[in-house]
Amino acid sequence: MRGRSEILATAARYLMPLLIVFSIFLLLRGHNEIGGGFVGGLVASVAIVLYMLAEGVQAARDLLKIEPRLLIAIGLLVALSSAMLAWMVNQPFMTGLWWKHPLPVVGKVGTPLVFDLGVYLTVMGTTLMILFTLAED
Amino acid sequence: MLVIILSGFIFAALIPWLYRRFGPRSGWLFALLPLSWLVYLAGQAPFILGQGQVIEERISWMPSLGVELAFRLDGLGMLFALLITGIGALVIIYGGGYLDGHPYQGRFFVLITLFMVAMLGVVLSDHLFLLFIFWELTSITSFLLIGFEHQRYGARAAAWQALLVTAGGGLALLAGLVLLSQVAGSGLISVINQNGAVVRNSPLYPMVLLLILIGAFTKSAQFPFHFWLPNAMAAPTPVSAYLHSATMVKAGVFLLARLTPVLAETPLWQMLVSGVGFLTLLTGALLALGQRDLKRLLAYTTVGALGTMTFLLGLSDALAVKAAVLYILAHGLYKGALFLVAGAVDHSTGTRDIERLGNLASTVPQVALAALLAGISMAGLPPALGFLAKELFFESLMESTWPLYLSLGGAILAGAINFVVAALVAFKPFWGRAQDVPHPPHPVSVEFWLGPLILSGLGLVVGVIPALTIPLIQGAAQSVLQFPLKVKLALWHGMTPVLGLSLLTMGLGGLGWAIYRSLWQGGRIWQKLAPVGPAHLYEVGLTGLRRFAAWQTRVLQNGYLRFYVMTIVLTTVLLTGFTLLSRLSWLGVGGWGSIRFYEVVVVALMIMAAVVIPRLRSRLATIATMGMIGYGLVLIYLIYSAPDLAMVQFAIETLTVILFVLAVYRLPKFTLLTPSPTRFLDLLVAIAGGMLMTALVLVVTARPMVPHISDYFAQNSLTLANGRNVVNVILVDFRGLDTLGEITVLALAGIGVYALVRLTLGRLMVHFEGLEEEEEVEHERAL
Repeated sequence: MRGRSEILATAARYLMPLLIVFSIFLLLRGHNEIGGGFVGGLVASVAIVLYMLAEGVQAARDLLKIEPRLLIAIGLLVALSSAMLAWMVNQPFMTGLWWKHPLPVVGKVGTPLVFDLGVYLTVMGTTLMILFTLAED
Repeated sequence: MLVIILSGFIFAALIPWLYRRFGPRSGWLFALLPLSWLVYLAGQAPFILGQGQVIEERISWMPSLGVELAFRLDGLGMLFALLITGIGALVIIYGGGYLDGHPYQGRFFVLITLFMVAMLGVVLSDHLFLLFIFWELTSITSFLLIGFEHQRYGARAAAWQALLVTAGGGLALLAGLVLLSQVAGSGLISVINQNGAVVRNSPLYPMVLLLILIGAFTKSAQFPFHFWLPNAMAAPTPVSAYLHSATMVKAGVFLLARLTPVLAETPLWQMLVSGVGFLTLLTGALLALGQRDLKRLLAYTTVGALGTMTFLLGLSDALAVKAAVLYILAHGLYKGALFLVAGAVDHSTGTRDIERLGNLASTVPQVALAALLAGISMAGLPPALGFLAKELFFESLMESTWPLYLSLGGAILAGAINFVVAALVAFKPFWGRAQDVPHPPHPVSVEFWLGPLILSGLGLVVGVIPALTIPLIQGAAQSVLQFPLKVKLALWHGMTPVLGLSLLTMGLGGLGWAIYRSLWQGGRIWQKLAPVGPAHLYEVGLTGLRRFAAWQTRVLQNGYLRFYVMTIVLTTVLLTGFTLLSRLSWLGVGGWGSIRFYEVVVVALMIMAAVVIPRLRSRLATIATMGMIGYGLVLIYLIYSAPDLAMVQFAIETLTVILFVLAVYRLPKFTLLTPSPTRFLDLLVAIAGGMLMTALVLVVTARPMVPHISDYFAQNSLTLANGRNVVNVILVDFRGLDTLGEITVLALAGIGVYALVRLTLGRLMVHFEGLEEEEEVEHERAL
């Protein structure tokens, strides 16, 4: 990319963490209010991409610390294992299991939430992989 | 039995590690697994065979589909399981010697173990779909085993052929099994076998029968699908031995026997099964004439033997079933032994050409002995088991309704040719004058003769003392027919017409052996007839399919994005538009509702953007203007209270604009603009697409919504899935499986983009071209 814009960089530095927090907020409340893993993952990608536009791809990679393709793998694995958990208690594949006691802030926790986390990570990983790849060289 | 199957899969996964630790001699170690199963099965034999009991295991697997992990060990399963584990153990030991020093020996042990487990699964399953899964597993593992020497073109082609023929038949079989389970109302074979009459009286019976028979016939290399089996000898010899004696091809015969109580005893069954069996019996025998390769000779006689078994199962009276079961046992023992012998001869001399082999008995005495014993059984000479099987075969022919001159004539001809082949394979290489062989024959290690000697010795021992096998034959025949019966076997049962037929066969066989050279000259006619044979039809079909695929790929996947978009839009317009117009009565416009001011503004902005885009000359400006349409859509979603969609659309739109900018950044400036006529056509397509969507929306909103599904989701979202956001609950719970599939596709798309951008395509192309040239050369050499 061409020259670095100080204004964009400053804005990104403040916006990026906010967007990440917002994406997690979307993920967690998705089951009851507007939101969910898919849009959460997209918002998280937007956060990182904003940083990428301001500081360059390498800086964004360093910030992320994890390879996007690993994110994809972890995401798929998390989603799949959340679906397989039901086997442990002798239920068919993908039966939703819920923990009876709601956690503070998060609310009720169950395998669909874990599944949504998998969606979140996969979406984030895919989007970032495509954009990083295109933005490099 | 679940333990057997699971331990097999787990053991197969451990083999690479064990092999690295214990080296080429680890065949002895790997044989312990099937041996332990053999011991377990033999321990159950008195219970199963003596008392006619069965062992059943059932574990719920997919309860919502009624599929269970149901296993059942009865007499028929016992016979097959003993053959599979016993011959399997010997084949694994043999593989340790035969593939000693082969770079892929470890892979061989893994594959053959998996193949064995799959076959055991077939014979132990008590559920149609479980059986089918194992059935397909045998197809896949045998594909990998036949193509084991994958550097050779011939091996790859043979592997493909075997897979395409048997897996194609497998598809028919799956359809047949689904129909069968629907008609019978259960997927459990033991239950279906109790209600045979229901199935046979159903109007769907001919369909069920035909589909299942296609599956069984392709697997068991019945005419006209017989051609894949002789080609499958491209596999390493231990694999061929196993494939021909106890697994794979026997699976089709097993299925026929297993489903006899449901499907048999109708004229259609008798006509199809014994008719095809008889044709195969003749085909196998006649095609063996003129062959000079040991393995190919044996392969054609296997085709004939499979025909015999199918023919007998088609007759399906008590005597014929007994004969079929006995034949399965006898054939498994001698054919396994002879293939292993052929491999030992090949290893010792470097050739399998019968004309070049002779006088090996002094070099490999143990192999010669094994060959002799197995040859006696194959030729149908007393006192081997093969003789008993042949006698019983003749006896059931005499009692069948078939015209005697036809059935006996065919059987005697096939028997005589079998005799000649047995002499050629088991006798000629070991005695007589020494011939020229590629390298001087060398003695072989114990792995090479132990297996054949045990198998052929067994064939002789149980021939002399038939009482040893009677419980096994009786148990297996009983579970095929589902009623108690007695089996009597004796080497000598008086001067009967059957004995006369046996003598006649032997006499003709002896005569054929004396003049085999001229007979083999006559066999050359098959080469002239090859262009009209089924193997050729297969080739023509395959070439045609490849050409068609190449053509349609060239036309449809031409690499121009604009062409793809145009194709998609036009196809949608034509198909959907046709449906809409042909059901015009549906058309009707719902109320317009009240149109609000800001709606008009948003839509006007979007329309303006759409009009401007084609006139823009800068890519960046185009992208920004397209963003306007996207964000306008976000506003519309918001106005019509779909905040979830609006949010997703907003994020997607933002990312898309960035994506486009990044991609466009690399592209050169527009240089060549499309001429006006093309643009005009594009405009027409675009207008058609837009009109179709408008019409669709009007029609859909005019119709009352089908309430069931959305109501169900809305009502049960909180109670069943603990969530108030119905959209998200559908995504992660009600339709979670879809989402799982979608994120997988998403991940694949990401990897695809990565691969397209990152991998240097040029280098790959060169690599593939080089490979193809190599193949061409090899292909020509193979021809």
